[in-house]
Amino acid sequence: MGQGNVYLPIFFLGLLAFGFAVFSVAAASFTGPKRYNRAKVDAYECGIQPAQAQLGGGRFPVKYYITAMLFIIFDIEIVFLYPWAVSFDALGLFGLIEMIIFILTVLVAYAFVWRRGGLEWD
Amino acid sequence: MFHSQAQGDLGIFGNDPAAVIAVKVLGIFVIMVLMTLLTIWAERRVVGRMQMRIGPNRVGPFGLLQSLMDGIKLALKEEIIPKGAHLAVYVIAPVIAATTAFLTFAVIPLGPQVSIFGTVTPLQLTDFPVSVLYVLAIASVGIYGIVLAGWSSGSIYPLLGGLRSSAQMISYEIAMGLSFVAVFLYAQSMSTSQIVAAQEPMWYIVLLLPSFIIYTTAMVGETNRAPFDLPEAEGELVGGFHTEYSSLKFALFFLAEYVNMVTVSALATTLFLGGWRAPWPISLWDQANVGWWPMLWFFGKVFAFIFVFIWLRGTLPRLRYDQFMKFGWKVLIPVSIVWILIVSVARYLRNEGGLESRNLLFAASAVLVVVVLVSYTLDLRRKKSDEAEEQRIAIEAEQEFDPFAGGFPVPPMPGQVAQPSRRMKATISSGAPASHTPAETTEGN
Repeated sequence: MGQGNVYLPIFFLGLLAFGFAVFSVAAASFTGPKRYNRAKVDAYECGIQPAQAQLGGGRFPVKYYITAMLFIIFDIEIVFLYPWAVSFDALGLFGLIEMIIFILTVLVAYAFVWRRGGLEWD
Repeated sequence: MFHSQAQGDLGIFGNDPAAVIAVKVLGIFVIMVLMTLLTIWAERRVVGRMQMRIGPNRVGPFGLLQSLMDGIKLALKEEIIPKGAHLAVYVIAPVIAATTAFLTFAVIPLGPQVSIFGTVTPLQLTDFPVSVLYVLAIASVGIYGIVLAGWSSGSIYPLLGGLRSSAQMISYEIAMGLSFVAVFLYAQSMSTSQIVAAQEPMWYIVLLLPSFIIYTTAMVGETNRAPFDLPEAEGELVGGFHTEYSSLKFALFFLAEYVNMVTVSALATTLFLGGWRAPWPISLWDQANVGWWPMLWFFGKVFAFIFVFIWLRGTLPRLRYDQFMKFGWKVLIPVSIVWILIVSVARYLRNEGGLESRNLLFAASAVLVVVVLVSYTLDLRRKKSDEAEEQRIAIEAEQEFDPFAGGFPVPPMPGQVAQPSRRMKATISSGAPASHTPAETTEGN
């Protein structure tokens, strides 16, 4: 191929973007005024006295965990599908049948989650 | 037959001298910032027109400098760091969001090979065999910026906004990832430049229409834009994950959001609209796909997508969160899995040379659209009958105890029967004796 390093330009772009972002964050503390007010640094609560929340707000709905776990299952399915799709022509009938079996297996799990109410959001 | 459509040669990437890399990096950065400023301006103007207003028109010609001045104003505002914030994470979150937003544009092809400083080089920062995977990976890292921003603010609204945002993004990332599979199947490559090269005979929007529809829906969900802008639902969550951010940190989140919008539009253009290739009537001109012209076609297509984004915002109301998750998990994902099965079978038949797979694909996408529409109407009808049932039960329940008896202090709801007031009862009972007292007395006798 005779390729040089194709990832090097990404590194430079990342460096530029990172530098820009850090510069902006740092500059903000110099450019703006500073007038301390106790109410100003309180958590935003629509005007009422804020309840002292723990960092991260304490508890939150468990549904978010389920969504994250389901995401991992399907994301891995997608990761398996990509190399198969790219080399589909080379794999021929074998690849087609294998992947149909794989997708049907995942669909069984999907149907199970659906029937058990894992996809409901109330 | 193997790799018959992988036409672009990836050997042209990675050979640029340092000066050319510097020019390209700087060029992409400047383009992204300019596109952001233009997009914000265009959004305010177009939404203004859609709402029968004028929109910003004072700063610069047609108000073009408005977004720049807004940025400067934000820089001059006080930076407030809330008391409950985790300082390090709170500061890093906007940096992550902005950096990753810029990084995704590195692999988008803007045009064919041109000459910069006498060096012949493609109009694309870099490309490698898995560049679309790289876009997905960087987009996933970008979610960290939002989650951490919500978590580190030490406040309830940003936390819920950040969680919603991340749940929304990962849910729609599945649909987005599945919509790419059909493209990879037909391009036989994951490199953006090769995908553009593979679309020379026909754009994938024609060949793989369901994939395109799924991708465009998912990309609106991915970028948290209306009608899927639930993380920023003002009525429920104030400003979402960036409620506690102010000054330039807020500006960075804003920038990241709009850069992401431009990037997903650019990716849609690359994967489905033939990338930098000229659209049909212009493509008859033999200079259309040579030199610097393709950049014009490319950004034209990108702006078409951005206009659709703005149009959606001006037209559609926000979805409810459960409707939104239901749509992502129960509609987009099964439809795209079925579509992948159809496409792979069609591709196999094409490779075997038995059938003209193009017509098969068109027929299959038509059938898929009909199935989705029918299931949607069935669902709607079921929901309507459910609602009628609920309403009936509610009315029955209300007849036992009616807090609005007598129509005071509010008039009765539709379907709610106002009970006669005491005075009305008295007038009735003066004519015919009131039911309870005489009945009891007669029973006693």
